[in-house]
Amino acid sequence: MLSVTDLTCARGGVPVTEGVTFRLEAGEALVLRGPNGIGKTTLLRVIAGLAPPLSGSVEGAERIAYAGHADGIKAQLSVTENLRFWAATFGTSDIAPALEGFNLGELRGRLAGTLSAGQKRRLGLARLLVTGRPVWVLDEPTVSLDTASVGLFAAAVRAHLAAGGAALMATHIDLGLAEARILDLAPYKAKPQTRASDFDEAFL
Amino acid sequence: MGSVWEYANPVKFSRTVSKVLPFVSVGALACLAVGLVWGFFFTPEDYRQGSTVKIIYLHVPAAMVAINAWLMMLVASLIWLVRRHHVSALAARAAAPVGLVMTLIALATGAIWGQPMWGTWWAWDPRLTSFLILTLFYLGYIALWEALEDPDTAADLTSVLCLVGSVFAILSRYAVNFWNQGLHQGASVMRVEAVTGADTEEKVSNIFFAPLMVCMAGFVLLFLALVLLRTRTEIHRRRLKAIEARERMA
Amino acid sequence: MIALLLRDLKLAVRAGGGFGLALAFFLIVTVLVPFAVGPDTQRLQPIAAGVLWIGALLACLLSLDRMLALDHEDGTLDLLATAPIPLEGVVLVKACAHWLTTGLPLTLIAAPLGVLLNLAEPGYLWLVVSLACGTPALSMIGAFGAALTVGLKRGGLLLSLLVLPLYVPTLIFGAEVARRGAEGLETQVPLMLLAAITLGVLAAMPFAAAAALRINLR
Repeated sequence: MLSVTDLTCARGGVPVTEGVTFRLEAGEALVLRGPNGIGKTTLLRVIAGLAPPLSGSVEGAERIAYAGHADGIKAQLSVTENLRFWAATFGTSDIAPALEGFNLGELRGRLAGTLSAGQKRRLGLARLLVTGRPVWVLDEPTVSLDTASVGLFAAAVRAHLAAGGAALMATHIDLGLAEARILDLAPYKAKPQTRASDFDEAFL
Repeated sequence: MGSVWEYANPVKFSRTVSKVLPFVSVGALACLAVGLVWGFFFTPEDYRQGSTVKIIYLHVPAAMVAINAWLMMLVASLIWLVRRHHVSALAARAAAPVGLVMTLIALATGAIWGQPMWGTWWAWDPRLTSFLILTLFYLGYIALWEALEDPDTAADLTSVLCLVGSVFAILSRYAVNFWNQGLHQGASVMRVEAVTGADTEEKVSNIFFAPLMVCMAGFVLLFLALVLLRTRTEIHRRRLKAIEARERMA
Repeated sequence: MIALLLRDLKLAVRAGGGFGLALAFFLIVTVLVPFAVGPDTQRLQPIAAGVLWIGALLACLLSLDRMLALDHEDGTLDLLATAPIPLEGVVLVKACAHWLTTGLPLTLIAAPLGVLLNLAEPGYLWLVVSLACGTPALSMIGAFGAALTVGLKRGGLLLSLLVLPLYVPTLIFGAEVARRGAEGLETQVPLMLLAAITLGVLAAMPFAAAAALRINLR
């Protein structure tokens, strides 16, 4: 579903991770681990196609539904209006499963600006369900979620995998997804090049 | 010698600049000194314009360089967008303030020339107005470079701005022409009559022509020297940043 | 794309959307002009068309930095960039929404404001026509400027510096149509040139704006 080959990513022009390679099949979940600053966010943005890689390739980027740190929620719109908009943008129409999956039914008429941080996050994650895309690429999806909501999220991921989807996540929390593979990014940390001989544009 | 793209390597570029720069600088100084002294002291006064005509030796070359500096930035931006050579983007960045100063020189000398000739410091004449608009484009371009922190993003965005700006600069030029017919004579320096001395109303006579050419060469060399110098400075600055970044990584 | 347009319109008219600010600004500028140049209607009449055009242009400029910056802050742009709509379409729709909430109301309100400045009788039609033809270009060029400065914290002032020189051709032809119309002269040539610029801008500018946006998103 998603195939990443020898990917080197740069943040601010400086390479942070290099040679990242993995494949993600239908029904699989992959969790990215690594200390702060290793370049998880950068890697996910490259995979989602928001930033170009320094080298390497990503296949299947058009199947990705991406969720970053910001949820893309408009405070002046209600919960349903927010979801309807994303559904229409991605060419789907049914938002009921998303409302149900993240327990947003009671909040459906509320303006998103009046939601708490955790509720907003749930709305942001519910957006994934209305995109209809099979590969979820999630950056710290559980930030500001309480335990019950993390449970909801884990259930949603599991249902998504069971339905033939896949998920790639950067997270520090144990989601209770025993079947998820774990990829530690530390070994892929870019080595500081003493002399960039192969790169004829080096300023060093 | 090899390909011209070898100079896209910053190290090689810096080294070459160090070799070439003294000659270019001396050439610029020599041409400017000879051209200006010749022009100011050893040409006769114009029968209509008197001694004011002599400001032509600053006005025309500055205006020419100001326009061609933008052209050079356009070419450098295209090279950056297509071939991603950092030196090219840095050269465009280096040229902008030089071009801006040249437009200001052209505007100021034009005002000083225009006052006795047309009886006004400023008129909303198409050529003058276009130059003022060019100044605004330079300002915007420089401001965008200064505002952005990431050097590659800045290079990309300023290149896009330079391309779009060029189209709009040309559009503005024609729009301004439409808007007001002007006082300013046409660009007469490069016309055949000017060189052959055929007796037209707006010619630049032979006797003014030779020192003007020397001055033009001087301004072009001066522009070249300043751009090379500033590009090298930019390269050094980037090098410093790269070294700092590497030390943070280690 | 229609969903995006509707969402932007909805956001503009809801609380805090800033709809109407541009109109109020236009009104105030128009009211201030006589205070600066004097109440003599004979003096106001020849400059009325130009002042109204400048006022509309500045009012247009006022809301540009909200066009993309808000969507950038809350992550919407990232998500739109991964959505199945091309970014060129997103920019075009955003410019459309901006025009519908700014340019179009400005065009409609310009005629009544013309009365305040004693605009000559035949000028009203041409003022409205020229604004209707010219303001879409202002919105689209503004979208390009907004895309260039979207990543900057305090991009508003820089945005004006970048966009205003790009407004020159539109302003020249637009104001020319209005002025000639007010003086009872022939307006066909500048009107056609104005329309040509607007069409050219609408055709080409989304690509430049989307390119700038992509650079800023990475």
